[in-house]
Amino acid sequence: MQVTVQDVPFDVGAVTSEFTQGAKGAGAIVTFTGVVRDADLGAMTVMEIEHYPGMTQKALEKIAAEAMDRWSLTDALVIHRYGRLVPGDQIMMVATAARHRKDAFEAAEFLMDYLKSRAPFWKKEILDDGRADWVKAKKDDEDALKRW
Amino acid sequence: MDVLYFAWVRERIGLPREKVETTAATVMDLVQELKAREERYEAAFADISALRVALDQELSEFDAPLAGVREVAFFPPMTGG
Repeated sequence: MQVTVQDVPFDVGAVTSEFTQGAKGAGAIVTFTGVVRDADLGAMTVMEIEHYPGMTQKALEKIAAEAMDRWSLTDALVIHRYGRLVPGDQIMMVATAARHRKDAFEAAEFLMDYLKSRAPFWKKEILDDGRADWVKAKKDDEDALKRW
Repeated sequence: MDVLYFAWVRERIGLPREKVETTAATVMDLVQELKAREERYEAAFADISALRVALDQELSEFDAPLAGVREVAFFPPMTGG
């Protein structure tokens, strides 16, 4: 299990390759990468991601450990960035390894759902006209937790 | 205890963290004390349902006791991923 919180970019290909090589005995690897998209209301120049340094690592490790517990995984990985990002930048990725794909897919979705609403990150969109606003949590995201 | 603020809570109060001397029994009591201080706290804590709280870096509830707690953090619902 690997959990990393960082401000610098990461290389999805290199991370996936290393994760795959380390996941001995797995028959399925699922990866998901989150990318900064344009703001809903106009052109966004910067997405600022704030986090709670003392809590973030622990919260992500707890979520990853729960995924390892609930599904038959051989390994799990979470990387989440903070700081100033621009559209097209990779924000985060999760990877899961399992003997069979169902466990890998489900656990990856669980990780995504939980780290959206239970890991202490906050996104702020800064538009090209100077307006800036905090991204609001969606009810759908909170509701998504209920299925687990 | 240390009280931390994040995202728009931090912006409304105007600082990221502060030391607070308090005998508040619960998180809610602490919120009432802070709201009584100044307008900016009143503005930040106006709608508790729009806020979350963590005690010693674990998500908690507003009716939770503060005995033994060293760090309280207030923030809006998280938007990671």
